[in-house]
Formats: sequence, structure tokens, C-alpha cells
Amino acid sequence: MMTQIVSAIGVMVAGVFACALYYWLSDKLLAAVLPVPDNNVRLASQNLNRRAAIRPWLFLGPALILLAVYLVYPVIATFILSFYDRSGGTFVGFANYRWAFFDAQFRQSIFNNILWLAVVPAACTFFGLVIAVLTDRIWWGNIAKSLIFMPMAISFVGASVIWKFIYEFRGGKETQIGLLNAIVQAIGGDPQVWISLPFWNSFFLMAILIWIQTGFAMVILSAALRGIPEETIEAAVIDGASGWQIFWKIMVPQIWGTIAVVWTTITILVLKVFDIVLTMTNGQWNTMVLANLMFDWMFRGGGDSGRSAVIALVIMAAVTPIMIWNIRQANKETGGH
Amino acid sequence: MSAINPAASLRRIGLPRLVVHLSVLVICIIWLIPTLGILVTSFRDAGQIASSGWWTAFTGAAETSAARLGEPSTAKQDGPNYVISGSVFEKGKGGSVLAFGTKVASPTEFEAGKPADIGEGETLTVNKDGSYTYTKNAPFSGDRGKRIYLSVSSPPSFTTDNYRTVLTSQGIGQSFVNSLTVAIPATIIPILIAAFAAYALSWMQFPGRALIIALVVGLIVVPLQMSLIPLLKMYNEIGSFFGVPSRSYAGIWLAHSAFGMPLAIYLLRNYISGLPKEIIESARVDGASDFEIFVKLILPLSFPALASFSIFQFLWTWNDLLVAMVFLGTGKDQLVLTGALNALLGSMGGKWEILTASAFITIIVPIVVFFALQRYLVRGLLAGSVKGG
Repeated sequence: MMTQIVSAIGVMVAGVFACALYYWLSDKLLAAVLPVPDNNVRLASQNLNRRAAIRPWLFLGPALILLAVYLVYPVIATFILSFYDRSGGTFVGFANYRWAFFDAQFRQSIFNNILWLAVVPAACTFFGLVIAVLTDRIWWGNIAKSLIFMPMAISFVGASVIWKFIYEFRGGKETQIGLLNAIVQAIGGDPQVWISLPFWNSFFLMAILIWIQTGFAMVILSAALRGIPEETIEAAVIDGASGWQIFWKIMVPQIWGTIAVVWTTITILVLKVFDIVLTMTNGQWNTMVLANLMFDWMFRGGGDSGRSAVIALVIMAAVTPIMIWNIRQANKETGGH
Repeated sequence: MSAINPAASLRRIGLPRLVVHLSVLVICIIWLIPTLGILVTSFRDAGQIASSGWWTAFTGAAETSAARLGEPSTAKQDGPNYVISGSVFEKGKGGSVLAFGTKVASPTEFEAGKPADIGEGETLTVNKDGSYTYTKNAPFSGDRGKRIYLSVSSPPSFTTDNYRTVLTSQGIGQSFVNSLTVAIPATIIPILIAAFAAYALSWMQFPGRALIIALVVGLIVVPLQMSLIPLLKMYNEIGSFFGVPSRSYAGIWLAHSAFGMPLAIYLLRNYISGLPKEIIESARVDGASDFEIFVKLILPLSFPALASFSIFQFLWTWNDLLVAMVFLGTGKDQLVLTGALNALLGSMGGKWEILTASAFITIIVPIVVFFALQRYLVRGLLAGSVKGG
């Protein structure tokens, strides 16, 4: 263990040093290859221009290589693999797509993903907005925000253990040690095995993600609420608007943009949700979602890259509209300067 | 005419203050209780975890237990009566008897401290401290002691044994080191690479710049799932070509660096392009090269953005399960904390003393980072809330 720590630190230092060395050496090399002599003004200015043309690519090089190898190439390769058989050797046309269309588990996953998409972003945004409005009004609001924001730092696996303990079920006459069942029992209900409850079990898994992500929505929306010009609210107060009207008719319309950002960000996260389902149910009891089905097919029976690729592409297709919208927004911003 | 105080006007909106305070308090409690549950449980004794809810940990739980009274041969004669006395607790154990009974179905039949007539001329008194007097108006028969049932409130007992167990015998200690080995280099390597790229995209003019920026923004939301299959194939091929293991720390560092790269470039570019133009131009006039400007001006000035991103990346790599499972493997020595916890959920399901202690070890590092550096995290979120995890 000690040697591992030492070698990890060693590699870390070496890695950072190698990175720094690359940038430093490439800069020196550029200066050596394209010299700027004092006695030849024409060559000097020519070489300065050449340096200026090459240098950006030296700076960008490592980043572009990483992006190309780990993101751009795989996206293209996954697309191609979706038309090949399980080992990627034989072209099978649309067979994998046809399989997906008729596969019961795939349809179940699509259904569950839609359910997650319908519930989680809406719930997080709603709770986040309500909590942001409430906490902005009290002196210990920042402490409250910190506590609600904290689950954001907890891994999905850790959160799953935390919630599995809450959903814990004890059979027979044993004392219920899971909080939810203890509460249900205290108010006179029957304890349940929540994570295998047909249909509703997915909602108990969603609760975990809502618990984690509400803090994120709250932080962003709270910042947006603070950016609302005071005058608009003052004017509404003078006109005799009620608190409810002010909230829905004055405040919410002014932060629509931010609500959209929060909503789409959580939407992307939900499409990729994997850890929670893996640790809570591993897709049993009809809780399978696309990311887990994809992982499953990557390794099931030695792995089926074709089917797995199709499932990945479905997730990709779902985020594509958001991706295009983001690029448009970014172009608008950078186009201005 | 008096000016309207904005703060006062805001306060007039909506609910009364007390309701606001109370509802925030309730929300905070709801949000905190799940984590509190495993924290408290991780310090409890395994027996107590299984027999009572963690919320009773501080009050002491009432448990039902059985005890055997002294054998008839130990009876002493006291006038017309025969008396057996002693303690219902074994030596070294303690507690407080709330009630007792002679049948298993009703351990709370008689109140502690009061003499109870249990029939056949027998009287039994069990005191709170466990001492008892068992009296009969005739000699006791038989050779075994009588069995009685008790409702005992055991004092809260807390222990750090669970942590000792998981750290040494459950492999969590090794996984902790593995997680650090993955997360720290995977946080530091991308920062440097992304910072150079962000500088080039902010302050250098070259053809194709806008295209690269659009590409970076687009790649931010590409799901990891799209990359896994081709990369796994590639890693396996490289591994078999060079005769090295296809799953290695170097492999996962590069993978994490690359997956974090689009967001890193985006965040850092937003910040670096917002730095004052005058500083950079005056440095250029003074003859500084781009490399010097970057190292001496840009890096120190963009500390807040670098901090924001490194917190993001650290939390993401520390909490990641998917990338580690695919690129590092699921062997016992290679498991990171999230993977180890996932494996324990399968093998130790129901052993909450093991699970809660392990879970707490996995979440404590990010929570400390979170509370220490929350300011930078919020800033990063506000600047880059397009990625979504």
C-alpha cells in the first residue's frame, strides 16, 4: 500500500512535470527553428508571423489529441459499431436497431427513462426554486443552503447506501430499522419492500437523485433570483400585488432562462443515470434504465458491442437537441467579440 | 414622501416570517436525516443496529431479553419462605430493567421494582438494577432455574469497531488509497492541459478558432456511454499489442482527463477571456512571449477558475463508478471506494454496521472538500451549468 502511495505521488509529479516540460520545450523549439535575427528585419518579421501561426496549435495540441481520441473518435466508432454484430466483425445492417425495437427490456428502459425525465428535473427545479425563495428571506439562509447543497458532494453509490438504509425492510415481527417503514408503522400502515414495489419502486430511486440535485437547482436559481431588479418587485408591491402574484408573474418570468438551464442540465444527468440503479436494484423489478442496459450488454455473455452501441446512440440522440442549443448559445456569445 | 425600503418591501411579500423559518427548518431536517442516519449507525454496535432504529440510539432502546433465575439448590430459607436472589444480568453487563414477565409473549407483564404474584405461592421482584428476589412459601422443586423474560433498556453504546473492521478486513483501506491514486492525478493533469488550450482559444488569433470552441461546447454534453465501447476495445488492443495489462492507472487518468476536458476548457476559457485586455497587451508590448504571459500572468490570475474546476473534477473522479469499473476493473485490489461499496452492497447486504461505516468513509473526503471550498464550487456551477455531472 505504501509503495502504491509513493508511486502514485511519483507519477503525479512526473505527469505534471512532463506536461509542463512539453509546453516549455515546444516553445523553446519553436524559437530555435524559427529564429528572429536582429540583422534581417524581413526574415525576423516573417518568422514572428510563422511562430504566431504555429504556437496556438502547440498550446492546443494535447487537449485536441485527448478530445479526439477519447470523445470524437469513439462517437463515430460507436455509430459504426451499431451496424455490426456482437464482436464488431460482421456487418449486420439495421439488425441491432430492429432487435432494440422489439426487445421488451429495451422498451421497459425507455419507459423508465421517460418516467425519470418527467419527474426528476421538474421536482428538482420546483424544490430548488421554493427553497431558494425561502432561504433568501432568512438570516440563517446560507447555512440552510449549505446543508441542502451538501448531498451534491456525495457519490451516487454512497447516496444509494444511505437511502437503502432508509428503505430497509424487516420481515415478520422484527423491529423495522428502516426509517420509512418505521414511520409507516407508527402511523398504522404496513411495512413494504419499497424497492421491489411494482411501478412505484422507480420513484423511490428517483428520490435519491432529487435529494442530490435539488441543491444544485437551488444554488443556480438563488443566484438568478438575486439578479432580479428590485424596482420590478417594488412596482408590483405598490400596485398591490400579492406575494403569490409577485412570485409567479414578476419573479418567475424574469428567470425563465435560468430555469431552462437548470432543467436541461438535470435532464442530461438523468439520461446518464447509472450508479443509482446499479446499486439499488441492478435493473431488477422493472427498474432498468438505458445507461444500465447499455452497460449490461457491454459485458453480458462476453459483450455485445452492436446492441450496446445502439443503446448508447439512443442516449446520444436524446441529448443532441440540448447540445445544438448549447452550441448556438455559445456562438451567440463568442460571435459578439 | 418617504422612499420605499426595498428590503422591507421584499419582506412584506408572501408568507409570515415564522412560517418561513419553520418550513426551512423542516426542509433542512429532511435533507440532513438520511446522512445523519448512516453516521449514527456507523458508530453503533452491530446487535443494537439490528434490534432498534438508529433514531433511538441516544435514548437507549428497549430490548426484550431472557434470563434464568438461580437454581433451586441456591435457595435460602427465610422463616416460612424460601428465597433465591441474585441479578438477572450476567457479570459485566448492565442496563435498566423496565418490566418483566414469565411468558415469552408478555415480557412487560409486571413493572420493575414491584413484587409480582406469579402464582403457586411464588412472588418475584425484579428491580431496575437487575437484582431480584424470588420467594416461595414452600421449597423450590426441580433442578433448573426459572426462565423469565425482561424488557431491558440498554444504555446507548457507541463504538469505533465498525470502522476498524472495514478499514482492515473489508478492503476499504486499500480502496481509499486506490481512490486517491485515481482522483488526484486525474484532477491535476487536465487542469494544465485545459488552461493552455483555454488561453489559446481566448487570446490567440488563428483560423478555426470558432469551430474548436463550438466543438468543445458540443462535447460537454456527450454522454460517457458513447465512448465506452470503442475505448474498451482500444485499451484491450493496446494492452495485448504491448503485452501490458489493458486496465491501468495511467489508462484511467487519461480517460478521466479527457472526459473532464471539454468542461475544463469551457470554464477556463470563459474566465481567461474575461481578464483585462490591457494587462495582456502591455505584457506583449514589453516583449513577453505567449508562454511567459501564460505562466506569469494568466495562471496566477485565473486561480479562482482553476480552483472551481479542480473541485468539480475531484468530486467527479472520486465519486465516479462507471469509468472505474470499465477502465480499472473490478478485481479486489483495483476497486476504488465507490466500487468497493457497490461490491459490499452485494455481499454484505443487511450488515449495516459494515455498509454504513464504509459509506461514511467514501463520502467524508468529498464532504470535507465541499465545505472547505464551497465558494469556488458555487462559482464554477454558476459559470458552467451546461454539463450536468
